Amino acid sequence: MFSELNVEILARVQFAVTIMFHYIYPPLSIGLGLILVIIEALYLKTKDHFYLKMAKFWTKVFALTFALGVATGIVMEFEFGTNWATYSRYVGDVFGSALAAEGVFAFFLESGFLAILLFGWDRVGPKTHFFATLMVCLGAHFSAIWIIVANSWMQTPAGFHIVGDGMFARAEIVDFWAMVFNPSSVDRLLHSVIGAWLAGSFLVISVSAYYLLKSRHLDFAKSSLKIGVVVATVSCVLQVISGDSSAKGVAKNQPAKFAAFEGLFRTEAEVPLVLFGIVNTKEERIDYSISIPKLLSWMTFKDFSAEIKGLNNYPKADWPNTKAVFQTYHLMIYMWTIMFTLCIVSCYLWYTGRLFTTKWMLRGLVLSVLCPQIANQAGWVTAEMGRYPWIVQNHLRISEGLSKAVTANQILGSLLLFSFLYFLLFIVFLYLLNEKFKVGPESYTFGPAPYHQIGNQIGALPEELL
Amino acid sequence: MTFMNDLQFIWFSVFVVLVIGYTILDGFDLGVGMLHLFSKKDEERRLMLNAIGPVWDGNEVWLVTAGGALFAGFPDVYATLCSAFYIPIMILLTGLIFRAVAIEVRSKQPMSWWRWIWDLQFSFASFLIAFTLGIVVGNLIRGIPLGTDKEFTGQMGDLIDPYSLLTGVFAVSLFSMHGAIYILMKTEGELHDKLRKWINPSIIFFIISYATVTMATLIYMPHMAESIRERPFFFIIALINMLAIANIPREIQRGKDGRAFASSCINIIMLMALYAVGSYPNVVRAINDPAILSLTIFNSASSEKTLEILLLIAIIGIPLVVSYTFAIYWIFHGKVKLDTNSY
Repeated sequence: MFSELNVEILARVQFAVTIMFHYIYPPLSIGLGLILVIIEALYLKTKDHFYLKMAKFWTKVFALTFALGVATGIVMEFEFGTNWATYSRYVGDVFGSALAAEGVFAFFLESGFLAILLFGWDRVGPKTHFFATLMVCLGAHFSAIWIIVANSWMQTPAGFHIVGDGMFARAEIVDFWAMVFNPSSVDRLLHSVIGAWLAGSFLVISVSAYYLLKSRHLDFAKSSLKIGVVVATVSCVLQVISGDSSAKGVAKNQPAKFAAFEGLFRTEAEVPLVLFGIVNTKEERIDYSISIPKLLSWMTFKDFSAEIKGLNNYPKADWPNTKAVFQTYHLMIYMWTIMFTLCIVSCYLWYTGRLFTTKWMLRGLVLSVLCPQIANQAGWVTAEMGRYPWIVQNHLRISEGLSKAVTANQILGSLLLFSFLYFLLFIVFLYLLNEKFKVGPESYTFGPAPYHQIGNQIGALPEELL
Repeated sequence: MTFMNDLQFIWFSVFVVLVIGYTILDGFDLGVGMLHLFSKKDEERRLMLNAIGPVWDGNEVWLVTAGGALFAGFPDVYATLCSAFYIPIMILLTGLIFRAVAIEVRSKQPMSWWRWIWDLQFSFASFLIAFTLGIVVGNLIRGIPLGTDKEFTGQMGDLIDPYSLLTGVFAVSLFSMHGAIYILMKTEGELHDKLRKWINPSIIFFIISYATVTMATLIYMPHMAESIRERPFFFIIALINMLAIANIPREIQRGKDGRAFASSCINIIMLMALYAVGSYPNVVRAINDPAILSLTIFNSASSEKTLEILLLIAIIGIPLVVSYTFAIYWIFHGKVKLDTNSY
């Protein structure tokens, strides 16, 4: 009942749904991991129990994002094989070693030390605990490294050669380090990791601002907000540098994708930078655009009259969905602009001593948690849709990567299953997060009682523990 | 054997080690999950849950890494298996998600209906994961139809037959016993005495399904015994396996729960070794033409260069992984107690 085309579309939709849902969580883990390290370092330095309480609170939030990241990440790992078997055969030799390195170096590190981070407060000393936190943070960052290396190889393949032809063709590694440091991997890795720091820091900012608005846990909220604002401001500045470098790389290595970012249909010189607009694919132009003359040429090539390649260099059937890619790319930049503005205003208010009392600002900061999430999702949609029609740029088309043994009905079935499951998961996530925020950091005050004592008086524990 | 063959063999061994690690470690998590509902008291359930509390997430990582190792070292096997076992894998993933959520959520509210919902989910998901894993192994032993392009050519319905259902039950029995011994080792007092009564039924259940599966394998899957017939040396695996199983009730009787658990681990290692030796060098046996169409560790491996890189990753990584796995289990050794950090 479904045609060949539907298998492709369904498999793409399924991948998009599962990866986008998955990508809510790892950035939060990476960003919160960094913040946990900062808080625990402050605890080690000041020996102040206040920071211990703070670390415990954020650890609970971290654990939740981590658990959901793992649960949804396993799906991703097997989905390469289930829906994209031909792609898996094609890239296994290259892609696989990055994935194996990720498992061996990152996941074990992260999940192993997470046990100490979560359950080891009273079992190990503060220094060992700090070490465990550091390892978890490191593991989270490592996991980003390998998967982004693998994805960057799909954008700008390097260090390999093709063996076999037709349906037996596959990529084999010739130079591991050339594969790892392919032209886009460093740029994209930095861009994603900084995006993750933004996700983590704005979560901290948002929760702290909420407590300040409600006048609850004030000391905790003030301290958390300060840490959040510092991390966010630094990340915002770094992100614009990384974004600039990333965009230049795309212009050089994937000109068709770059043209789709900017809605550039024809190769032109003195290209303006379009700030807003709606892409009109029929007329091949941008409607209602507001733009700054010549700026894109300068930003890309440091030359106001530089020529930038347009989509007209490529067959029309191979054009990425310019309408969507243009908007998601710009959405990401708008989100950065909002975050950057919030950071600057926060810093100014902090400097003038009004940050904790300015209601309108705090309200804005509560909502700010959405900005990095939207930016991260929009950025990835841009990166992946911009690569169309290639699954491995210039080597393997998306339509050639599908599983041969899998039918449209199976994909549709599993797509519906996962959509339903993820919907439930998201509700559970929000519920649990809300519970943690409702309880707040104060509940950790009756600790840290020694482990064995609590065990003996299990019947007399406060009710919220039972 | 060339250097390339050595590499293929080594990486296959690494993969097997990862699978064994997963089976031993997540095996007891699954067992504890399946036994969860047998206890009716909330405190007991919490104790059982927290016995696996700090480690279940890390144990699952062995499966993730085994998957990554398969993808890296044997991309053809990974691609064929994942697309052939599409529905079992989806069930497995669903089970893993439900289990994770149930563990995280159950103790967050005090209402008994709330806890019952998540307890049911936790237990049923554990059962589903164990049973599905068993079915997959049963299919791998029997073999699946493959084409010349290494693709699965059968129907999803073919994956369910009496033999694979039997291996499914076997996996359930294996993990139940393993989990029961683990939980016995981790508890004390009243719950411990109660659990001691569960051990015998779980051992008997295991031995009955083990005997049945062994008979069925010898009668219907004679190819599994071929390599041991050719190389009688490997019969030692079967012997050790028998001794390990026999040692479990003996140690339980003497109250040495740790040793019983060690025997149970050896039992799992030997079972996996029997499977690996029996199917070697096939990873996916083609039932339609085993000699020509099967995916072996030689015809489905990655290039020499990649296997070399992978070997390096394994040499650096595996000792690290093993050392901090031990460190973490050591930190959390001893009887489980509930505290403010518990689930």
